[in-house]
Amino acid sequence: MKFKSRSGGGSVEIDMTPMIDICFQLLTFFCFILNFSGAEQDERVQLPASTLAKPPEKAAETPITLQVTREGRVIAVGQTLPTPSDVLPLLNLERTLLEQKGQSPADATIIIRGHRDAKTGVIQELIKVCQTAGFEKFTLRAKEEQS
Amino acid sequence: MSVPIKRGEDQKISIDMTPMIDIVFQLLSFFIFTLRISAQEGDFMIKMPLNARAAGTPDPDQTPPIKIRLRAGTDGSCQDIIMNDRSFGGGIDGFKRLHQEVASLVGDGSLTSEAEVELDCDYNLKYENVIRVITAVSGERQPNGDILKMIEKIKFSPPKPPPIE
Repeated sequence: MKFKSRSGGGSVEIDMTPMIDICFQLLTFFCFILNFSGAEQDERVQLPASTLAKPPEKAAETPITLQVTREGRVIAVGQTLPTPSDVLPLLNLERTLLEQKGQSPADATIIIRGHRDAKTGVIQELIKVCQTAGFEKFTLRAKEEQS
Repeated sequence: MSVPIKRGEDQKISIDMTPMIDIVFQLLSFFIFTLRISAQEGDFMIKMPLNARAAGTPDPDQTPPIKIRLRAGTDGSCQDIIMNDRSFGGGIDGFKRLHQEVASLVGDGSLTSEAEVELDCDYNLKYENVIRVITAVSGERQPNGDILKMIEKIKFSPPKPPPIE
């Protein structure tokens, strides 16, 4: 990069190499820490904390994430549904898709991300609705708490 | 940035770096603005098979589950924890006492894979209390960061109806 000096006709050359180096290092850093799993997070759901919450060693094979807000609404596949029973049509659709792929609902894992102040009864109702659709495996998600 | 050519004498080819720097700064800005600093998340496995809901005679070969009852106050807080008809009280101390009791029951860890806990919770109980009780019975984190497992099998009792207001 060259700049013409006003006093004379000569030009001052600035070495851009260190700046480009730093920029690329920063870029690489941000690329590596980019967390795609955070896409399922919703600001309306504040997870309860647990000292034992540890990221799973291997990801669930067929995860289906259901979120429960403080008011008891269920967020599934980007839709906000007023009650747990309203999830049933979506779960039946998931079941059909799984069966088309030669899998059964028992192979899928329902990940429940419940708000810490949500009523336990609503979470249990949601589990019951999932059972009705044939799902058996559930995981309750919590955020890591430093002991 | 200028690249000297060996063949020539003083001839230099000047490469315009501006578009590349523009792109790099745009990417950098994108990553900085989309960066979300959030705590790590972990899962607690719960098995709720369909046939478990059906009433029937219990399997004599299977260890009966440890029943833990969580009673909620009007504000949804945990008022009392009852395990096998023994009350541990509510609040943080209640969970600590429960943890100590389960640790003494499980002992050296031989029952870790066999023992099962059944949670019986009030409808209005705040969900964070469920996670607290699962944490209390599942194990504890050692000073070196490892987790000492206690009970792995956890399930829920059939849900209670919401209270009539």
